[in-house]
Amino acid sequence: MPETSQHAQNPREGMMATLSKEQIGRVLAKQGILIAFAIFLVAFTIANPKFLSVDNVFSVVRSSAILGVMALGVTFVVISGNLDLSVGSMMSFSTIVVLDLHDTLGPLLAIPAMFAMTMALGALIGFLVGYLRLNSLIVTLGMLSAIHGLTLTYSGGQNMDIADKEGTWFGVFGQGSALGIPVPILIFALLAALLGLVLGKTPFGRKIYAVGGNGTAATFSGIRRARTVFSCYLISSACVATAGLMQASRSLGSQNTVGQGLELEVLAAVILGGASLMGGSGTIFKTVIGVLILGFIQNGLLLLGLQFYVQFVVTWVIIILAVWLDIAAKRGKLWSPIA
Amino acid sequence: MQPGALSKALKNGAIWGFIVLELIFFSVAGEFLSLSDKAFMDFENMLLLLKQSAPIGIIAMGMTIVMVNGNIDLSVGATFAIAAIVLLDSMTWPIFAGLGDWVIPVAWLLALTVGTLLGALNGLIVWKTGVDAFIVTLGSMLGYRGIVFMFNGENPTSHLNWTLVDFAEAQFLGLHTATWFLLAVTLAIWFLMARTVHGRNAYAIGDNRDAAVNAGIRVGPHMMVNFAIIGFLAALSAVVFYSESGSVNPNDGQLYELWVITAVVLGGTKITGGAGSVIGTFGGVIAIQLLRKGLGHIGADTSTVNLVIGLILIAVLFLDRQLNVKGKEELKV
Repeated sequence: MPETSQHAQNPREGMMATLSKEQIGRVLAKQGILIAFAIFLVAFTIANPKFLSVDNVFSVVRSSAILGVMALGVTFVVISGNLDLSVGSMMSFSTIVVLDLHDTLGPLLAIPAMFAMTMALGALIGFLVGYLRLNSLIVTLGMLSAIHGLTLTYSGGQNMDIADKEGTWFGVFGQGSALGIPVPILIFALLAALLGLVLGKTPFGRKIYAVGGNGTAATFSGIRRARTVFSCYLISSACVATAGLMQASRSLGSQNTVGQGLELEVLAAVILGGASLMGGSGTIFKTVIGVLILGFIQNGLLLLGLQFYVQFVVTWVIIILAVWLDIAAKRGKLWSPIA
Repeated sequence: MQPGALSKALKNGAIWGFIVLELIFFSVAGEFLSLSDKAFMDFENMLLLLKQSAPIGIIAMGMTIVMVNGNIDLSVGATFAIAAIVLLDSMTWPIFAGLGDWVIPVAWLLALTVGTLLGALNGLIVWKTGVDAFIVTLGSMLGYRGIVFMFNGENPTSHLNWTLVDFAEAQFLGLHTATWFLLAVTLAIWFLMARTVHGRNAYAIGDNRDAAVNAGIRVGPHMMVNFAIIGFLAALSAVVFYSESGSVNPNDGQLYELWVITAVVLGGTKITGGAGSVIGTFGGVIAIQLLRKGLGHIGADTSTVNLVIGLILIAVLFLDRQLNVKGKEELKV
């Protein structure tokens, strides 16, 4: 921070300097993702006025809600300085389980039972990463494979369907609407608000930032690191269970591989929101923005009449640009100092 | 014996011990559980095993360099698919119509060039932007896969060239073509990592990047070359595999990155960089393929294979941790 101290010597000069090109660039880069999002929305609306209509916005948010709910949980894990690659196959697991239990236990019991089973998996990962301090990338990579195997064993490789699709109220989480707003959007919004408060306004949230920012320092400050990491994985698995519930409820039937590949899309949304993979930074609000950007890109490109797959290429470019600008702003230089 | 020598020997030999255990277990269990009366350790069966390990194995050699170097590449599966499409599609291009069977080396060259360039692009971005390789390749995994889908939608791309199929199915000295490629790549990468300055620098950079910079090693170009190598090997893997099968689905190669990383980690390469060996990776590749084949032999289905491989990966990590309790504090990914 040598620059800041220089500015501090002469406050007035400091004020002027905040308006220098570099500083403007810094602000731009810091809020860049929001600004880019706004420009993007305006441009697409000009190209196609339907883009920001209530109907379209609802449909975008609704289809992003499942990914979004998972991203909320992964944000906790990433801020604590870890990764979670298992959320995709864990989501398949909870979807299959809740659909199966729906017919055997009835929906009222199936939901808590599924939550318990999914969160048991989350607790296992939390134990391995938090208490045994194993590398989270490898642990969750292993769990990706293991949980996929578990799901296949559970379902016997068959698709899972609810027998009586007409006579159940189970569809409400994925298909219903309340007060004119689709239920998936409500769940996403409520959960985002709740987890945003937990992360931003509680001592527990601050501990997560501390553990992710500097684990050793956090430990010396009396924060129980293992326990904090464990809780993050528990929260993540609860979010995954919610997403599984929404997915199951939306389609009332599912393949074993419904969540395959979602782990990387979720991570992309979280990174796009500006959370650092090194831990210690990111917010729920930014993650929501990241999720919406992905959703609106997909929708906007389709409305422009482009092929569905173009979104992947665009997402690639946007992710790299977003992260690049973010770290360029932090180091004050566009190009990396790597020789 | 020096302190730590025992745990080191245990660790280096662990993967081979594990392979021997697998062989014994599946041979014995196979006697009781297998439906076929063929022994598991059948010679033909083992040859087939080597051939089937080739697609993952060839990429795993590249992943070893990249991971020793302290990076990771999640885009190999997508690069694999793009190279396969280039290989199969270019053979039908009108400009090559007059070449006859000489189209084969041209198509190979094209596919390998494309793979190398895609890898180098990843490396260039990592080098010049300073963005973490995990994020860069996560992005390009999506982007490259998008390109695959843009090419032909959800439809497969197919072209069978019988000369090529004959070549891919040939056996020389008893080993299949794919096996020869796997062995050649293993040898070449082993030489690169163990006997050249480039390899030594890769270890140095992965172990301590700042120290490497201070020692005058140019970190960026090294990383880029290594990414180009893994791109080349992903394309080579595709070239070897699709010469025989002749048809590529746009989803092919998905999750390859996970299999490859699993093999490399089983083989003892550190995810944080600086340690790992090509021979260990070769063991890891064989161990995984043995497990898949062995579980199939005793009548278990794919679900069990996934479950077991996942648990083994975690167990290996745990054991490694226990053997290294007094080792240095592990870095974050």
